[in-house]
Amino acid sequence: MSYKPEQFAPYMDMADSEFAVVHRTSVHDKKLDTKPMGYFKDAMYRFSRNKGSVVCAFVILIIAIYALLGPIVSPYHGQTYDSFYSYALPKNQLFVEMGIGWWDGCSTMSVNQQSYDYYSAIPGAIVSESEPYERTMDAGRKTTYYDIKVDSYAKVGYANVLLTQQEYEAARAYEQETGITLFYPVIDDSQVKYHPNQGNANGWYLTTSKGVATRDKETGELQDIFLRDKETGELQYTISKMGGAQVQTRVLYKDWYVYKNGHEASFLFGADAYGYDIFSRLALGARLSLVLSVLVASIDLAIGIVVGALEGYYGGWFDLIFERIKDILWEIPTVVFMTLFQIYFARKVGVIVTLFFAFIFFDWIGESSTVRAQFYRYKGQEYVLAARTLGAKDRRIIFRHILPNAAGYIVTSSVLSIPGVIFTEANMTYLDIVNLQSSTVTSVGTMLNNGQSSLSTYPHCVFFPAVFISILLICFNIFGNGLRDAFNPSLRGVEE
Amino acid sequence: MTRYVIKRCVLMIISGFIIMTMLFILIRLLPNQIHAVQGGFDQAVRDMRKAWGYDEPIPVQYAIFLKNVFTQWNWGFCTTIGTFLQDVTEYLADKLPYTVYVNVVSLVFSMPLGIFFGILAAIFKNKWQDQAINVFIMFFISVPSFVYAFLLQYFVGFKLNLFPLVLSTGNDFFSWTMIKSAIMPVLALSFGTIAGDMRYVRAELTETLTADYMLMARSKGLTYRQATVRHALRNSMVPLLPSFMADVIYVISGSMIIEQIFAIPGIGKTYLLAINARDYSVFMAISMFYVAVGLVSGLLFDLSYGFIDPRIRMGGGKDNEL
Repeated sequence: MSYKPEQFAPYMDMADSEFAVVHRTSVHDKKLDTKPMGYFKDAMYRFSRNKGSVVCAFVILIIAIYALLGPIVSPYHGQTYDSFYSYALPKNQLFVEMGIGWWDGCSTMSVNQQSYDYYSAIPGAIVSESEPYERTMDAGRKTTYYDIKVDSYAKVGYANVLLTQQEYEAARAYEQETGITLFYPVIDDSQVKYHPNQGNANGWYLTTSKGVATRDKETGELQDIFLRDKETGELQYTISKMGGAQVQTRVLYKDWYVYKNGHEASFLFGADAYGYDIFSRLALGARLSLVLSVLVASIDLAIGIVVGALEGYYGGWFDLIFERIKDILWEIPTVVFMTLFQIYFARKVGVIVTLFFAFIFFDWIGESSTVRAQFYRYKGQEYVLAARTLGAKDRRIIFRHILPNAAGYIVTSSVLSIPGVIFTEANMTYLDIVNLQSSTVTSVGTMLNNGQSSLSTYPHCVFFPAVFISILLICFNIFGNGLRDAFNPSLRGVEE
Repeated sequence: MTRYVIKRCVLMIISGFIIMTMLFILIRLLPNQIHAVQGGFDQAVRDMRKAWGYDEPIPVQYAIFLKNVFTQWNWGFCTTIGTFLQDVTEYLADKLPYTVYVNVVSLVFSMPLGIFFGILAAIFKNKWQDQAINVFIMFFISVPSFVYAFLLQYFVGFKLNLFPLVLSTGNDFFSWTMIKSAIMPVLALSFGTIAGDMRYVRAELTETLTADYMLMARSKGLTYRQATVRHALRNSMVPLLPSFMADVIYVISGSMIIEQIFAIPGIGKTYLLAINARDYSVFMAISMFYVAVGLVSGLLFDLSYGFIDPRIRMGGGKDNEL
């Protein structure tokens, strides 16, 4: 509807005072009832709705706490090892008390008479035993067997320890003080008839030359072959060594361990071939994996943003050259890269630093490609043109206009690269291309590599690290996927 | 198209050449090029060193190396592993069949399964079948292959005693003992591939199933099954086939980890041996082998896009013309 000027003619001459305001109240749009929601807030909200990702985020948090506190809380700190307890089985005090025969540091085995005698000579080694039974061997020979449950901690039994005179006296004083017997009579080596028992502190009983114990005919007890004084017949507790500078003594290792370390040996996840506590070693490995991957991801994020932004924003020859460099670096297999880095630098700057730089050296490629793609996507848009028209400098456009728009996408891709780094690190250390076995540092891959050879006999050395790395990687991937979905605005309102 | 193919091939060769030069220089600069001179071989080693120009400056060495590679396909000689002074190519030719054997069997086995379950997941999206397949995918994508290789070895191989723990020796690839011992490594290799294929097929098919032409197909009277098989499945294969083609080439490179665990005397295991024994010629040759396989499968991936779907003009200009 249009008005002709003539229509207004009657009103043209009216005085201002004759006009009146029709609307007394001012007119507004209806105020929004809901709160405005920014991009990040919305993403966080949608992430929190994704139950699986939230659970995984918590698991990662728990693993991080474990990695941080595990070596501190554990009495072994992941750094002390005791070869007497090599391959000790996982033992959880709770399960021992419940007595359900699982996770109690014991294993069941069938043994012949020799081994049965050997274990029965060690106090506490045999937890329970079956009635002897006969098994027919080759050539129709029959052999007696026992099914016994052996405590892998107690079976260490006695040990020969070399001490200086002072140490010996200090230990004797401890014995007096606490009433715990540390020292046991030493063995008379000349009476050991079974060759493998020679020098073994557990072979203190009289045997035949085949290793079967010669038991007392009346009581059925083992007969000792302790060293006795030739004249008085007294039991001897020390043998002088190195011209009297040291004495060889025989101790029950369990009590000796308590005397030395102040606590009993008990490994929640068992011990590995060297006698390291797997629980605290695993925490050390987790520390390395987490610190390395987060550090690598954040440094690569920084490099990726700078390179990707320059490439994507300016394009041209800079883009061309860097794309070719990336192409070529990308084509070199990771394993070849890692190997060369290790060969060149491991001796000079250390294995971990080398590993770290190798990761940084090739991992920025993916990140910079992501950033570059985002810049190509946004730089042609109207708001960038508008900003430029208003006189914004390149730096302002890059950091204030384009990057914030691409931030969600870039950060999530960076988070998703973390499990990739952990995965590669585990693979490389597992393959022993990167060797991280030392007393203060280890990696999950190295632990798996070491445990591999004893997989069939001591599966716990492989089992715990394997489960751990699986949980860590699965959680990181689900967490990263959840984050990616949350930051993807096109998925908004699609779920449920 | 031809121009694009040629352009890509030339670019690939240039990349390969640059990488080879870099690797050559980096490897030749390492100290102790030839270890372990055994008594009677002293003169032979000196002759070899002279023939390969080890005493000359690096550019001359590289020229000799290039000449030997391109005229005689000679990549150097073994020193610390293999037979002493044996040709590297000859040595690796013995190893390649093991890698190819295990990986081809795994590919033949895993690809149909991956595609089948991927389709299943897409059709039953958000139902329990899909959830179960998703759990499988998440597990086998995330977990490193040595973890489930260990699980297989311990439970199936050791506890149940169904299969031998490692690949049996000998090169009779079709004998029952060989096939039986290859089952576990093949399984361990396959899980990751199956999961990857599943995820890929599932994502692609989910997208095509919701496309407008599917609605059109249904409304012209096709059943759900007909529409899925004739339209959705075929269209979803366009982006999938190139990656499968690239896989076919890529299997040659094999998996170092699986070869290590199951004692397969293939290329990957030889690579690890060569590093530990510092046999640089073998190291160089296998590295280039991996680079070449990667380059060729990448090229195949790109090119097959254009062949499968003529609408896609790879490398075309703005007007989508060549």
